[in-house]
Amino acid sequence: MKLSAVLPLGVFLVLGILLASGIGKDPTQIPSPLLDKPAPEFELPVLGREPETLSKKDLSGAPYLLNVWASWCPACQIEHPYITELAERGPVPVYGLNWKDAREDAIRWLDFFGDPYRASLFDGDGRTGIDFGVYGAPETFLIGADGRVLEKHIGPLDAAAFQEKFAPLIQGQATGAP
Amino acid sequence: MRTCRRLILGLLTGLMLVSAGWAIDPQDFSSPAEEARYWELIEELRCLVCQNQNLADSNAPLAKDLRDQVLELMQKGMSNAEIKDYLVVRYGDFVLYNPPVKPATWGLWFGPLVIALLGAVGLVVVLRRRAAMDPAEIADPDQEELDRRLEALESEQDPRS
Repeated sequence: MKLSAVLPLGVFLVLGILLASGIGKDPTQIPSPLLDKPAPEFELPVLGREPETLSKKDLSGAPYLLNVWASWCPACQIEHPYITELAERGPVPVYGLNWKDAREDAIRWLDFFGDPYRASLFDGDGRTGIDFGVYGAPETFLIGADGRVLEKHIGPLDAAAFQEKFAPLIQGQATGAP
Repeated sequence: MRTCRRLILGLLTGLMLVSAGWAIDPQDFSSPAEEARYWELIEELRCLVCQNQNLADSNAPLAKDLRDQVLELMQKGMSNAEIKDYLVVRYGDFVLYNPPVKPATWGLWFGPLVIALLGAVGLVVVLRRRAAMDPAEIADPDQEELDRRLEALESEQDPRS
């Protein structure tokens, strides 16, 4: 008798807690299975400096950011000033992955908005993007000195996200690296 | 007037056929069996851009790339399981419409069963308890109410008699 009186309230509370835990989560943010795993291998032409190429091996040795961008991507314009500031401040080198873009469009975009990147890897067919699990631009990866994917940010990068997700890891790389 | 209407109807019908043709990428299948396997695979894989669509239904450019990739891996001789693994390594279990059974998904797979079992157990307990009861013991609120009113009526009538 007593149990049956409390039961509906209990069920309600359990369901309430379950549903409340989902509020505020963004279902479009798919966690990357690549975290803490070695970044995929790549060797891609450098945008605007062909036939020069860069591979994962060329970039490893120090942590760096790999920023996935495209000229067709409006959100990339939103984060562009911050990416530029970050590249100029230089806590880590910033490389671009020009994803599923047309070469001329990408070069024109960089001419127009400014080119913050040490180099942009040109991934016209998006294969390297698929290897990185990219499903939309912009996305930003922090790759460690040992070539592992340390962190991934989905969507435009801003100061808050950088401070929260990337800065502590970069600090750790600087002090922890032998 | 009538010919004009026919012309418009014909044009619209033609347009419908054209757009139906566009919906499917022209792929080079070596056999009908391969095509069937391709369709089976892309229907089980989720498009990451429009998350409630599978790769077969989605028009997103990434979905097209992934469809091409699936066919290419098939033609390289990879099994269905290997192709799914290839995508899971990159995009996580999220690409699978049929999530694998593992501790993180136990709630998803067995939760409904557990709830159904709890309900069944509760039902059995309640029914048994009722069956064991003496019918006279079962309190009937309606009967109690009737008795009370009857008593009240009788006591009202008392002074007159």
